[in-house]
Amino acid sequence: MYSTDGGQFAYHTKSHIVRFLLFFLLFFIVSFVKTSFWYSSATLFYLGILFLLILVKFFGLTSSGSQRWLDLYFLNLQPSELMKIGLILFLAKYYHNISSGDVNKFRYLAQPLLALLFPVILVITQPDLGTSFLIAVGGIIVVWLAGVKMKFFAYLGGLFLLSAPVAISFLKPYQKSRILTFLDPSRDPLGAGYQITQSKIAIGSGGLLGKGFLEGSQSYLDYLPEKHTDFIFTLFSEEFGFFGSMTILLIYILITWRIVSIGHTLRTSFGRLYCYSFATAFFIYVAVNMGMVLGLIPIVGAPLPIMSYGGSSMMAIMIGLGIVMSCKIHKDQSLG
Amino acid sequence: MISDSGGGSKIRLIGRRMFILTAAKAVVVFGVVGRLISLQINESKKYKTLSDKNRFREWKFAPPRGVIKDYFGEEIASNEKVFQLHLIPENAENLSALIYRLKNILKMSDKAVFRIQKKIKSQKPWDPVIISDNLTWAEFSRINLFLHELQGVEPIISVARVYREQSSSHVIGYVSKISKRDLQKKNYLANMKAAGMRVGKTGLENKLDSEIIGDVGHKRYEVNAFGKRIKEVSIDQGKSGKSYKTTLDLELQNLSANLLKDKAGAICVMDIYRGDIITMVSSPTFDPNKFVHGINTKDWKELINHRDKPLVNKAISGLYPPGSTIKGLVAISALENDVVNTKMVQQCSGSIELYGEKFHCWKKKGHGFVDMRKAIKESCDVYFYEVARRLGIDRLSETARAYGLGDTMVKGFFEEKTGVVPNTKWKKERIGKSWYLGETLHSGIGQGYWQTTPMQLCLMTARIANGGYDVEPRIVLGEKSKFSIFAEKKKNPKSLEEFFNSDVSNEFDDTTIDLGYKPLFRNQENINFVKEAFFGATNEPGGTSYGSRLNKKEFMYAGKTGTSQVRRITEKQRELEIKNEDLPYEQRDHALFVAFAPYSEPQYSISVVIEHGGSGSKSAAPIAKKVIKKLLERHPLRQQIHDNYIGEDV
Repeated sequence: MYSTDGGQFAYHTKSHIVRFLLFFLLFFIVSFVKTSFWYSSATLFYLGILFLLILVKFFGLTSSGSQRWLDLYFLNLQPSELMKIGLILFLAKYYHNISSGDVNKFRYLAQPLLALLFPVILVITQPDLGTSFLIAVGGIIVVWLAGVKMKFFAYLGGLFLLSAPVAISFLKPYQKSRILTFLDPSRDPLGAGYQITQSKIAIGSGGLLGKGFLEGSQSYLDYLPEKHTDFIFTLFSEEFGFFGSMTILLIYILITWRIVSIGHTLRTSFGRLYCYSFATAFFIYVAVNMGMVLGLIPIVGAPLPIMSYGGSSMMAIMIGLGIVMSCKIHKDQSLG
Repeated sequence: MISDSGGGSKIRLIGRRMFILTAAKAVVVFGVVGRLISLQINESKKYKTLSDKNRFREWKFAPPRGVIKDYFGEEIASNEKVFQLHLIPENAENLSALIYRLKNILKMSDKAVFRIQKKIKSQKPWDPVIISDNLTWAEFSRINLFLHELQGVEPIISVARVYREQSSSHVIGYVSKISKRDLQKKNYLANMKAAGMRVGKTGLENKLDSEIIGDVGHKRYEVNAFGKRIKEVSIDQGKSGKSYKTTLDLELQNLSANLLKDKAGAICVMDIYRGDIITMVSSPTFDPNKFVHGINTKDWKELINHRDKPLVNKAISGLYPPGSTIKGLVAISALENDVVNTKMVQQCSGSIELYGEKFHCWKKKGHGFVDMRKAIKESCDVYFYEVARRLGIDRLSETARAYGLGDTMVKGFFEEKTGVVPNTKWKKERIGKSWYLGETLHSGIGQGYWQTTPMQLCLMTARIANGGYDVEPRIVLGEKSKFSIFAEKKKNPKSLEEFFNSDVSNEFDDTTIDLGYKPLFRNQENINFVKEAFFGATNEPGGTSYGSRLNKKEFMYAGKTGTSQVRRITEKQRELEIKNEDLPYEQRDHALFVAFAPYSEPQYSISVVIEHGGSGSKSAAPIAKKVIKKLLERHPLRQQIHDNYIGEDV
């Protein structure tokens, strides 16, 4: 983060560190709150965030063509980021209460589907394709872990494919061009393909050992777009090379593994569902971000957890991790 | 308590499905790691290059051209400080306002502004556009005064070509902006496109261009994504072009140019042993400085439409019938071929009738009985009609070619013309007709189809004066020539002149012939005879150039006049005895003169051609006399420098 501003502390770095400390505190608070509190207020959280998303529709701040933020004076809150955790929490609770025999009954399928579609549609119309995708993925993971049969996913997938042509016609031109550009980056090297091309150049030119701290020429000469948010991994890879990027990847794998292993010790379905789902969602955030900057998937605008600059994203992740810790600390207590 | 419905089986189901997800994650991790390996390890080099290509941008600038000096180290083509004004479009806040402001300050014409705007559009916004490459001091200081409000404009002190003397405009040539044709012709220009770059167009500037041009320098900057210069990464000053010393003598150049003032013509002087071209002057001349920064249309039109074609280097591109200056060569050819001997006597009564045609001598009342020496000395035409008749055109043309006529002789001058040495084959091929004997007679006195350049005549005279060896002209000092190779082998070049003048037969063996000059004669006596006859022509009463002789013994020279007709003289005109001066300029005869000096120890040959100057003895010889005097006065100086050069570059 320090590096993104070419070694100027005050601009982004300070704010990032302050936020990190603040949310670390939040993380602790969340950890020490009993799991049963999170369990019982899960529905409330979900509805609350959904309410915030509706508020965004009316009072949200607009930036670069998309209405995503609520102005809370001390922080511009992005409820869609919180929804990533909110939906997982809600669905974990939902399936906690359903026996495995009932999971595949239509009545019990409709409710989660609705709970998933509402926020996704709200976010997709902001428009924010990336976040809505990540919200949906989080939800689907919980549904999958809960034991919903494969055929329903197949149906859903088929439905999605059928609706794709319709959906594409609703896409904004820039979103379409992003997908087309992903398929052929050289199609428009100075326009939409610019980000992918420059990101690949930055990562590739980092080589084995990197160009050194604060020496990433692609970044500080502004060739790299959004270097402190979505493309933070690119910057890191350019400056610290293959070893640096492998280290980051390894840390994220460790975090994921740690969450999964905590989940493994839990005895409640809620705890397990939440931890496994959150771990997987967390991993997917990382994978989508890295895949994006490495040019493996289209640019969708997904931050890298914890490292990317952005309050709401960090807040959501910290709360999510906090709940995992809470599950660990209070694992011997019942949810009641 | 809230029930955990399902219990153990549900937890197992979750665990099973989590296992599948974990396996999927592993696949994704492999994908990401694989991609990282491919980008950062396998293709790292490619991306590093791309990243540098992003970062660095180069601005090239022109190096100073090498200087061209004369034999004594005087600069003929030099460099001078010039004040230039560059504009970098992307640095300007408001480009059109800036151009308007500059237009006012520099009082530029609308046309010039239009050209600049067109140029700006044609190149990248960070490439500098030259607003002016030769500001006057007043303009330069005015710009500096307003500089704070002219953002995007850079006053630059640079060097540009300057030619101090116009006497050498033709031989030195000039430089100008690079044209598309230059780029096609000169491969080395491909990487030389820099602001203010100039390329040699003619003369030595063209011949030596690839060496004299130097290596372009560049400033390399790191630029950000918006093209802004962040810092200077490296600077390469480039390399100044190689400087050259020539064999020319600037003082003689100036004198010759002065003597030719208000006349059209050329003067060539060369060293008869080394082949060094000491003077090559063509008149009228032009100001080569006008081309350096782009000549304006008015000046260009004036040069192009001028009657006397100032841009043409008449010394190597002007073609003239040699007239009587060829007679020495005709005599040598006839003697070498044993067609006649020097004792042959012919009666000249002013004209002779042959093959039903009347052939006139320039002297209407005739020369009486003449032998060969007198025929050369007094330039009797009738005598040479007879010699030519016996010799035949093909044998004559062979000798003429051997003595340097009919071919380009100065290396690297694209302007040089070959001229014409006529013979039967040539006429058949070029004109498609058979040769007439009458044409042989005209050829015997240097009229008819002959076309020679003043340089060729000078070379012909040199080859006669040095005793009949195939010396070759050179103009750049250090350039390998037959002489320098020979001198290297002989290790004692000073004795070379003695060697040339001595009896050759016992000194020449086959190896030296290979290395040095080839003798052009069968019997050197024939050459010496002609040289002596030339002496008579200049130094004995009755000789055609007697009036232009130098009396001081060490200055005495030997020469041959020539007057070449540019029209056919009808019988009627002959009767009327129309004086040359009364004819319209275009119909007047060319005046020619060739000579070598000093006679006692020949060192130099000279040729003078005055277009439409009348007779050789009246207008060409007196000019040659003045040049020869100066030449011989400067000989010791030249010799001294030559002695210093030995061992370095001969």
